[in-house]
Amino acid sequence: MTASLLSFYIFSTVILLSSLMVITSKNPVHSVLFLILTFFNGAGLFIILHAEFLAMILIIVYVGAVAVLFLFVVMMLDFKISLDKNNILQYLPIGFFVGVVFISELIIVLINTKFDLSNIQILVNPMIKFENLTNTEAIGSILYTDYILYFQLSGIILLVAMIGSIVLTLRTREGVKRQSIQSQLDRNYKSTITMVDPKSNEGVDI
Amino acid sequence: MIALISENLLHLFFIVGLCLLIFVPLLLGVVIVLFADRKIWAAVQKRKGPNVVGPFGLFQIPADGLKFLFKEIIIPDGSDKTIYFIAPILTSTLAIAAWAVIPIQENIVLSDINVGVLYIFAMSSLGVYGILMAGWASNSKYPFLGALRSAAQMVSYEVSIGFVIVTVLMCVGSLNLSEIVYAQKNIWFFIPLFPMFVVFFISALAETNRPPFDLPEAESELVAGYQTEYSAMPFLLFFLGEYINILLMCAMMTIMFFGGWYPPIDVAPFNLIPGFIWFLVKMMVIFYMISMVKAFVPRYRYDQLMRLGWKVFLPLSLLAVVVTSSVLFFFNLAPVFS
Repeated sequence: MTASLLSFYIFSTVILLSSLMVITSKNPVHSVLFLILTFFNGAGLFIILHAEFLAMILIIVYVGAVAVLFLFVVMMLDFKISLDKNNILQYLPIGFFVGVVFISELIIVLINTKFDLSNIQILVNPMIKFENLTNTEAIGSILYTDYILYFQLSGIILLVAMIGSIVLTLRTREGVKRQSIQSQLDRNYKSTITMVDPKSNEGVDI
Repeated sequence: MIALISENLLHLFFIVGLCLLIFVPLLLGVVIVLFADRKIWAAVQKRKGPNVVGPFGLFQIPADGLKFLFKEIIIPDGSDKTIYFIAPILTSTLAIAAWAVIPIQENIVLSDINVGVLYIFAMSSLGVYGILMAGWASNSKYPFLGALRSAAQMVSYEVSIGFVIVTVLMCVGSLNLSEIVYAQKNIWFFIPLFPMFVVFFISALAETNRPPFDLPEAESELVAGYQTEYSAMPFLLFFLGEYINILLMCAMMTIMFFGGWYPPIDVAPFNLIPGFIWFLVKMMVIFYMISMVKAFVPRYRYDQLMRLGWKVFLPLSLLAVVVTSSVLFFFNLAPVFS
């Protein structure tokens, strides 16, 4: 048993257990935290495969940004509702349906894949074309040349999704007091203070 | 399994020893930096600062630390106890873990991985979980509000920090921290990339919840923010994590903008001094600046903070990425092409 094999078993055990906990734990915040643990150990698996760039990107993007927003929303929910036992049966049919679809897709893919042992070298060492490069350089040299179209397309899709969600949630409410930074900065001594000499019993005009 | 452990036992002890070699000076550094912070703050306000315990008050910080160790740990009744205790541990562990890749001198680094910058960025972006978990698990209003503020703040400023790092990396052509320092042998990056240094400096203040961006723990509004319900040892761990993160940001600025271990001028009296001393001196100078900011800048309002992050720094750093890459490309300066 080598060190990398041992760490593989540790990481994958934690992944399996924590992803089980994601769907079984009653508290949604615990679910999200277990999801984060799953992502984190997934990054560990990437490191065993010497794909350290992917591992770090997984942590930065999924754990550091996406899951934070997840947790952010879930934390503000009143989670006592989901503790109700009647809810579990309510979601059982749709959950069962999704599960069956997913498993049948997996089976179809596995049946149609031939495990050809002749190209095992490529599976073990996929970077054969990029012998002396770090895997950041290897990914960059493929992503920005061969796959530039897909890369740009996915970027545009994300941009459209972002703009769409902003447009959908943008609403201007009446009667909200807003701060105008420019008018605050434009204020000066002369425009804001006037000296008056009020006479008795007459007061000041405002 | 047992064979594996016994074979690698020596190697394991070696690595643990190296980790202690980082950890112990780091703790010492935190003590020095905390002391300096309080003394500088006091000096700006014409006070004396800590001056009773030990010579010049030097033992004040260890005395405070001991006090935290021996106090009772108070657990709020309605809290989620597991997460409540994981939160401070996570914060301090992540802060220390990031130091594994910091090169303080040529070839003196625990782990010289070739995605060093990304590793530090990942560790500092994970830091937000400690705060979120603390705020939620305390089951109390002020910590929760503090945690929400802090999470939003850290995620916002991480974006601009990311783009600043990208501009620096474009001038280097590698993600390795030692390579970044080697690229500054002739000119330190804070000269050509001065605006980016300013953006990074201010974002680093926001990222580490330092004044003027310490809104998560604004005393006048939120008591002590996410750490309101913490006492004794867990509080100490938060405190430790915070200061180690500040030191980490100083080290990052030293590596990315101030030429790491290189002396300012490469002539006789300067280049005889070992590199790690230059590294520490540069870190201390940057910490002095951070400390002075704390002393004389008033706290930002929360909407001002968000405006600064999203409407000023994000466009500015995006523009800087475009301009820097254009300059590197058209003047044929990019290290990748040469």
